[in-house]
Amino acid sequence: MSVHASWYLTLAALLFTIGAVGLLVRRNVLVMFMCIELMLNAANLTFVTFARALNDIGGQVAVFFVLVVAAAEVVVGLGIIVAIFRRKVGTTADDAHLLKG
Amino acid sequence: MSAGSAVLAAATIPDAITFALAAVICVVGALGVVLMRNPVHSALALVMTLFGIAVLFVEQDAQFLAAVQVIVYTGAIVVLFLFVIMLLGVDRRESVLADTFRGQRVVALVLGLMVLAEVVLLARTRWTTGAHSVAGPLNGPGSNVVKLGRSIFTTYLIPFEVTSALLVVAVVGAVVLARRPGLHDVPGGSPDPDGLDAAGGGAPDATLDGGGAQDGAGARSGDTVRSGDTVRSGDTVRSDTVRSGDTVVTR
Amino acid sequence: MIHAAFLIPLLPLAGFAVLAPFGRKIGNPIAGWIATLLVAGSFVVTILVFVALFRLPPDQRSVTEHWFTWIGVDRLQVGAGLLVDPLSMTMASFVTGVSALIHLYSIGYMRHDEQYAKFFTYLNLFVFSMLMLVLADNFVLSFFGWEGVGVCSYFLIAFWFDRADAASAGKKAMIFNRIGDAGFLLGLFLIFERTGSFTYTTVFARLGSVGTPSLVAIALLLFLGAVGKSAQIPLFPWLADAMAGPTPVSALIHAATMVTAGVYLMCRINPILHLAPDAAHVIAWIGVATAFVGATSACAQSDIKKVLAYSTVSQLGYMFLAAGSGAYVAAIFLMLTHAFYKALLFLGAGSVIHAMDEDQDIKNMGGLARLMPVTGITFLLGWLSIAGVPPFSGFWSKGDVLENAWAVTPALWAVGALTAALTAYYMGREYFLVFRGERRWVEARPAAAGGHGVSDHGAATRADLQGAGMQGAGMQGAGMQGADGPGEDVHASYTARGLHPHDPTWHMSAPLVVLAALAVLGGLVNLPFHPSLDFLERWLDPVVGATLLHHHFSTGALWLFSIVDAALALGGVAVAAALWRRRSDRPALEPRFLFMAWFVDAAEDRVVARTGSVLASLTASVVESRIVDGAVNGVASLVRISGQRLRRLQTGYVRTYALGLTAGVVILIAYLLVRVGS
Repeated sequence: MSVHASWYLTLAALLFTIGAVGLLVRRNVLVMFMCIELMLNAANLTFVTFARALNDIGGQVAVFFVLVVAAAEVVVGLGIIVAIFRRKVGTTADDAHLLKG
Repeated sequence: MSAGSAVLAAATIPDAITFALAAVICVVGALGVVLMRNPVHSALALVMTLFGIAVLFVEQDAQFLAAVQVIVYTGAIVVLFLFVIMLLGVDRRESVLADTFRGQRVVALVLGLMVLAEVVLLARTRWTTGAHSVAGPLNGPGSNVVKLGRSIFTTYLIPFEVTSALLVVAVVGAVVLARRPGLHDVPGGSPDPDGLDAAGGGAPDATLDGGGAQDGAGARSGDTVRSGDTVRSGDTVRSDTVRSGDTVVTR
Repeated sequence: MIHAAFLIPLLPLAGFAVLAPFGRKIGNPIAGWIATLLVAGSFVVTILVFVALFRLPPDQRSVTEHWFTWIGVDRLQVGAGLLVDPLSMTMASFVTGVSALIHLYSIGYMRHDEQYAKFFTYLNLFVFSMLMLVLADNFVLSFFGWEGVGVCSYFLIAFWFDRADAASAGKKAMIFNRIGDAGFLLGLFLIFERTGSFTYTTVFARLGSVGTPSLVAIALLLFLGAVGKSAQIPLFPWLADAMAGPTPVSALIHAATMVTAGVYLMCRINPILHLAPDAAHVIAWIGVATAFVGATSACAQSDIKKVLAYSTVSQLGYMFLAAGSGAYVAAIFLMLTHAFYKALLFLGAGSVIHAMDEDQDIKNMGGLARLMPVTGITFLLGWLSIAGVPPFSGFWSKGDVLENAWAVTPALWAVGALTAALTAYYMGREYFLVFRGERRWVEARPAAAGGHGVSDHGAATRADLQGAGMQGAGMQGAGMQGADGPGEDVHASYTARGLHPHDPTWHMSAPLVVLAALAVLGGLVNLPFHPSLDFLERWLDPVVGATLLHHHFSTGALWLFSIVDAALALGGVAVAAALWRRRSDRPALEPRFLFMAWFVDAAEDRVVARTGSVLASLTASVVESRIVDGAVNGVASLVRISGQRLRRLQTGYVRTYALGLTAGVVILIAYLLVRVGS
């Protein structure tokens, strides 16, 4: 049997969903971040799948850039987290609700 | 039905097995990220997923990307995560089962399933426009790296340059963010929430909780408990200065 | 010369323009002379234009002077201009003439008033408005004048604005007028809608294409305006209250000119009335009913001016009777003679009021004929004229009206005749109570005790020296016994102080004499004996000839009418003499019902005014506080409550925001799915 592109896409969708649910459910900031990375990877997988299916290297180019931007994002995001939650033990995303209406 | 099925390499049993294994690894890893209590375990599960993805990249003739994935993602980003986890301290107290917000979990699950359903449905519809690729064909002579490189440095040159600028900015930003407040630290106080007061070099902004117990944070010894602060049960408030008339809320 | 017609309204307007800013500085008495001379000048120009018009052949006696386009909006084109034709020139001539006389009278009458200049400013403005009303060549410009005289009437009635009765009388006049004006406006709209124009000549030419129901509606609506302006049933109560204004105002506005504007309007729209006989009948009956109600009410009044006010209401009723009967010439004739004798009577009353130190109650007068001969004789002549005693002018004019009333239906004649007898009676009653009989007031004792008895201005000695009946320049203090000023408590201590009545200065006496002459001789304008003597009818023929009611009574019948008229008049005179020459108090003949003018005012107050105030308080308490405030506060509450609810979205927690984001993503993808399809 052939591995159809749709299988890859389904897998990517599943990963994305898991990442999304994890983002919404977990309270630890770092774990939330990791879930974001999960979602990005799911997107990358989709891109590569379509690159192969459509015979277009543009998909891989996209992944390339996503990778770079994800790296930059992680750097800055973690910097922010560090700045906010430095030296506090047991902080969660719920603690940063100063903008409460 | 995805188009271009003729383009697919002849699928074989090894392909299928590889896919299956890699898929399992990915999903297990993903679930691990979400469900593990210890954030370090989550990070390691993420590594597992990333490896699985890399394998799938190789399967899809994206060898360069697979390599980059392992080197950059797994080797740098996850390591960065682990640094920060260590820096901030591992917190095992977060309970995965209960949630402080009522209904958050349920809604999240529902929404997640809906997203899944929708994306799968999307995947099944015909998306292609039939236009010729701008970037260049995937198949054909030449290695993957060559083709990728050619595309990036010609067609997508400007995004490439912008991305490098982005990286520089990110580095600068990270450095600035992570600096300690330094000279203006009020004794025993925690840093102000955005940590930027050092940039201007001025006294802490009067409107910020600079030097005081941050709202929502537990008051530590030596902190000044201001009205409206939240002191959690279990916190130790020692030799604090509670001004008369303050309201100290216990949650 | 006809083209000098623009000067007719312009001169009084110039007077207003000069006196309004500078009047106070110009001062007493120059301001009054400026005003008087300008109006007199306007009268002179009117006569010249009149003569010039007369020189034209009869079929060309309608000249339009177009000034400019006032309103030019697509189909609505209203110009400003004058229509010089026999009707308008007749009106203009007696308006300017009587106005000039009254201006002169006012110089004397208002001499001690501190707002002297303002009085003349308003008077000039009034004359201008009235002239615009009668000279205009289109309905809208006439309406401009109509409103102008209404406003001036308000200003002048409430001239002594710090008197409560004057201020509220001014308001009352304005409000009753406005009710009528609403009808006028609706009539105007209908005219435009049906004929597409406002110009008199154009509208009347296009009447053929307008259906009868519309014509009846137009006529009745315009008549409603006339009812308000000319104090007919049911909008007449304001006229009696308007007597709170200075007497020259009552004479000019509420006798000779403004109130006749309604009659003028009816005569002007005679082509419409001719085509809408139902409306004309209504007008005639309302007119004669008003005449009767007015006359009966006058029989029971004890204020010298209120008798004259109700008399005016009654005489105006006659004019509408004539107009409604199609006897437009008779209406104008009566209007003309009425202007003369009613102005005369009012001015005479003013002279008496001055003499009696502002007391207006005829029960406190008596025996003044000897002391004030000029006033007495002119008043007598005015009485005989209004009574319809031959050969005075009222006999001829009223006779004309009654004849034409019979030609429509004898019932109208009957009511009119009864009213004529009452007219002679009540005016006789007034004459006898004021000028004859015993003195019911205390005479000032000559020089006995200091400044007793004359005026607060302490001119006792001068008055004593001059005695009764002298005129002349030195009458300053004594002539005007007590200023006509606002706020003086005029009813206190008359008898205590004692009075010294005498004829007034020449400013006030001369107009009396002139008007008396006109009242006596005015009948010559339209004598019925011979076709060559009815000047007025021939003169007005171009305007009303086509629609005039033509009756064909035999000569014998005409003589019979005349005899009956004379008999009624003399009968009324005789009854008045018999009853009132000796006695001054007959309560049986002055029932409260008539004193209160058939309680019309009270009824209207109950039905309309009370309802209005109930509605107003209801609106204030319910609509305003619950609905309007409720809505406004409701909006505020809505905003506040929705803000409170919406605030819950701003939890500050990143995770709930993420939840929202995810929900949005779900919706977006669903939309894409639906749109793109398979």
